[in-house]
Amino acid sequence: MSLDRAVKEALLRALATAMIEHADELTGLDQAIGDGDHGLNMKRGFEALLATLPGVADKSLPEMLKAVGTTLVMKVGGASGPLAGTFFMELGKAMPEEPDRADLSAATDKAIQAVMVRGRSQPGQKTLLDVLVPAQAVLAAGGDARAIAAAAAAAAERTIPMLAIRGRASFLGDRSIGHMDPGARSASLLIAAAAAVLQQEASS
Amino acid sequence: MSQANPGNVGIVIVSHSPKIAEGAADMVRQMVGNAVPLAFTGGDVDGGLGTNVAGILAAIEAAWSPAGVAILVDLGGAETNSEMAVEMLPEDRRARVVVCNAPVVEGAVIAATESSGGSPLAAVKRSAEEFYA
Repeated sequence: MSLDRAVKEALLRALATAMIEHADELTGLDQAIGDGDHGLNMKRGFEALLATLPGVADKSLPEMLKAVGTTLVMKVGGASGPLAGTFFMELGKAMPEEPDRADLSAATDKAIQAVMVRGRSQPGQKTLLDVLVPAQAVLAAGGDARAIAAAAAAAAERTIPMLAIRGRASFLGDRSIGHMDPGARSASLLIAAAAAVLQQEASS
Repeated sequence: MSQANPGNVGIVIVSHSPKIAEGAADMVRQMVGNAVPLAFTGGDVDGGLGTNVAGILAAIEAAWSPAGVAILVDLGGAETNSEMAVEMLPEDRRARVVVCNAPVVEGAVIAATESSGGSPLAAVKRSAEEFYA
């Protein structure tokens, strides 16, 4: 898979659009079980990412991903900034310039491991990991972009009955049950946005 | 801060609220005067409640001491952002900055008191973490 400049730019714009358009929804989810800043924080970070375009898309894929990660770390704030930023920075470190499917699978696995370390968390604790891990499993098993996006969306839904163990939602104890985790939702939106661009690229 | 003893461990206070960060720093100053390099940061990059890596990096720089820097944080994002900031430091400084697992106000005062006596970084961290453990 060779991602040319236009595809890289389309990819970043799609990620940013997803976060900006869903900012109110994410904030609403976070108001239910957190401090209500997730939508605003992600929007701020991805608006900052848009401001690095088009230049950032001129970089090689690994360098571009690392730059995306740094922007998110510096601008998102909250716990989401380091978590999302770490994901992209580690993805960049692990990604060759022209990844094949196996490279993509291996790099996303490494990036998810880094997010686990950063957040000292594991799947099952009502976090973004509950979306990242099952979506990555579909990627690793050979699923196409559509299947990966569907797995991510279903996984976000499955955080609704979960009890939060990490993050501020864990302060609520049992009252965290019955609400979708905002970080899981934003992760699924980002995966869907990336999948849509890559699907279109694969079929063109 | 200009009179701080450069041999003492620096203290950095990170809160989601700039007011809490500043107030905790006031309490530290009341206890130890200028004997300890001290800096605080709070708020997201737009000035709202939150924390940000750039602010934390600037605070570490402001409170820098060859003896190291102990960071006191409040809630989750403050801790995660502080850990991120530590990793972004130059390698020779990274090992001399620690994030303490202690309440931000009480921990800052205790850590600064320990530091003001000339204790090394590990002892400063331990004091903050043990006092309320």
